[in-house]
Amino acid sequence: MKLQPLRTRDPEQLRAIARELRVSILRTIHHAASGHTGSSLSCIDLLTCLYFAELRHYPFQPDWPERDRFVLSKGHAAPALYAVLHRWGYITSEDLAQLRQLASITQGHPDSRRCPGVEASTGSLGQGLSVGHGMALALRGQAQRVYVLLGDGELQEGQIWEAAMSAAHFRSANLCAIVDANRLQIDGLVAEIMNVEPIAAKFVAFGWNALEIDGHDVEQILRALEQARATTDKPTVIVARTIKGKGVSIFENKVEWHGKAPNAAQLERALRELGEPPTAAAP
Amino acid sequence: MTATASRRVLSTREAYGRTLVRLGELSRDVVVLDADLSSSTQTSLFAARFPDRFFNMGVSEQDMICTAAGLSLSGKIVFASSFAIFITGRCWEQIRNSVALPGCNVNLVATHGGLTVGKDGASHQALEDIAIMRAIPTMTVIVPGDAVETRKAVEAAAWYDGPVYIRLTRENLPVIDSDERPFRIGVGWEVRPGRDVTLFGIGLMLHAALEAAELLAHEGISARVVNLSTVKPVDEHIIVRCAVETGAAVTAEEHNVCGGLGDAVGEVLLRRHPIPLERVAVRDAFGRSGDPKELLEYFELTPQAVAAAARRAIARAKR
Repeated sequence: MKLQPLRTRDPEQLRAIARELRVSILRTIHHAASGHTGSSLSCIDLLTCLYFAELRHYPFQPDWPERDRFVLSKGHAAPALYAVLHRWGYITSEDLAQLRQLASITQGHPDSRRCPGVEASTGSLGQGLSVGHGMALALRGQAQRVYVLLGDGELQEGQIWEAAMSAAHFRSANLCAIVDANRLQIDGLVAEIMNVEPIAAKFVAFGWNALEIDGHDVEQILRALEQARATTDKPTVIVARTIKGKGVSIFENKVEWHGKAPNAAQLERALRELGEPPTAAAP
Repeated sequence: MTATASRRVLSTREAYGRTLVRLGELSRDVVVLDADLSSSTQTSLFAARFPDRFFNMGVSEQDMICTAAGLSLSGKIVFASSFAIFITGRCWEQIRNSVALPGCNVNLVATHGGLTVGKDGASHQALEDIAIMRAIPTMTVIVPGDAVETRKAVEAAAWYDGPVYIRLTRENLPVIDSDERPFRIGVGWEVRPGRDVTLFGIGLMLHAALEAAELLAHEGISARVVNLSTVKPVDEHIIVRCAVETGAAVTAEEHNVCGGLGDAVGEVLLRRHPIPLERVAVRDAFGRSGDPKELLEYFELTPQAVAAAARRAIARAKR
């Protein structure tokens, strides 16, 4: 494997890391024959920028008190988080190979008691923003920041807006929510199932700083994270416009790939598109 | 109230509020959340003393529970309060998935459990909270019998690693516990000795059980009264010992008959030492508005009802 640096703000290097992580996600889900392909691919550029450019964290001491916190509120994108944690050394290749297995630390949805580097157990949508805000309240007046990744379909949960209200009320500027707005949910288009737009305007009305970006453009992501960090009087939401299944043509914008695993032929095609030698070896 | 007329009657809610202040003095990690009911739950005492460690989340109980989880995951010792109906009913899934599943040290202290909320009526009367909290893996459930035991339970919960649900009532209760008696989570307490039947009680109904024992004594029946304030994990040892020694049992609780103390005791008896058990509880009904005393009589949660249940249990044991 070609070694990439672990921490970088160079867009070229971040794109290269994201490509590797896409490969890792697809191999892992294929191996498990179960997992959320589309949802993991839509948010991996965001996770890459967070974990390789923005977050302060320390794999040798996952509970390092000075670390920034990340909550994957859309817990079904667990394979994306596991790919990042694996590349950082929090978990092993064997852990990836055990995705969704009985004894694994890589459960179907992130489990903070089992998996090092996972800050909060998530999977039931709508709860992570409140959990992240609790962390932000605990860290008030300190340097650490808290990032929460939400799905756009997840914004249909009423509790999201309770948390949006309280985070603004407490002026929790150390909290940054990122919406992976991939426009799709299990039953179809978010706009058709239950429209959540305009997302940014809603958060602004609740008292947040809101930014809208292309969630696959590394430069835009880095710039938005910088702006969030520079905002000191209110929480920030980054509405990241993304494509579900991004990076592989057969998965992109396909609602059926929300929670499906690729078979061997689909994996081979996907890896080819990603410029990876086609092997169905372990993740 | 003959048996308890001479006793001090104190508010368990106020005991909770005062204990929070003491805990706040002991540790800077203690934080408290409420959902716009701080004057009722008495977390206002903590809020006045430690405003920077108190978070009023407004009428947003679900957000409160998950915020509590986030504070706990960052090392805080967290107490979150509201009325029993809202904290357990509205937030059950948040408690299960965001608090209990990651093993957070979040202590849920609910006031206004049971019927005796009074005039607010059915929408505010939690009669299912013990059942649904008991069903969550790793959850501890405590229903203290008076203000002294409330203080001990709240202190124990603070240092206990894992989620705890403490259910308090709106009504003030006679003090039967003493500062000297040690409290341990999961350990029952024989409040009154007896040979013929055991009356297991919690909260307000522990006092009804004590009065029932007094009534039964006039008839020559010797009733033992046991405080099973920890409903989960329930004290199997004391239940089995009482079953062996008295041969008949009654449970008394201000809760629906499904899934509460009666079922907790019944499960143990069925598995380890089956004896006749009579359950005094609300018989699968919703509450309604009324004075607390009036409501307890209407729903037959009285010393007389406990005594009658004891007679039935004894008669069945003799058959």
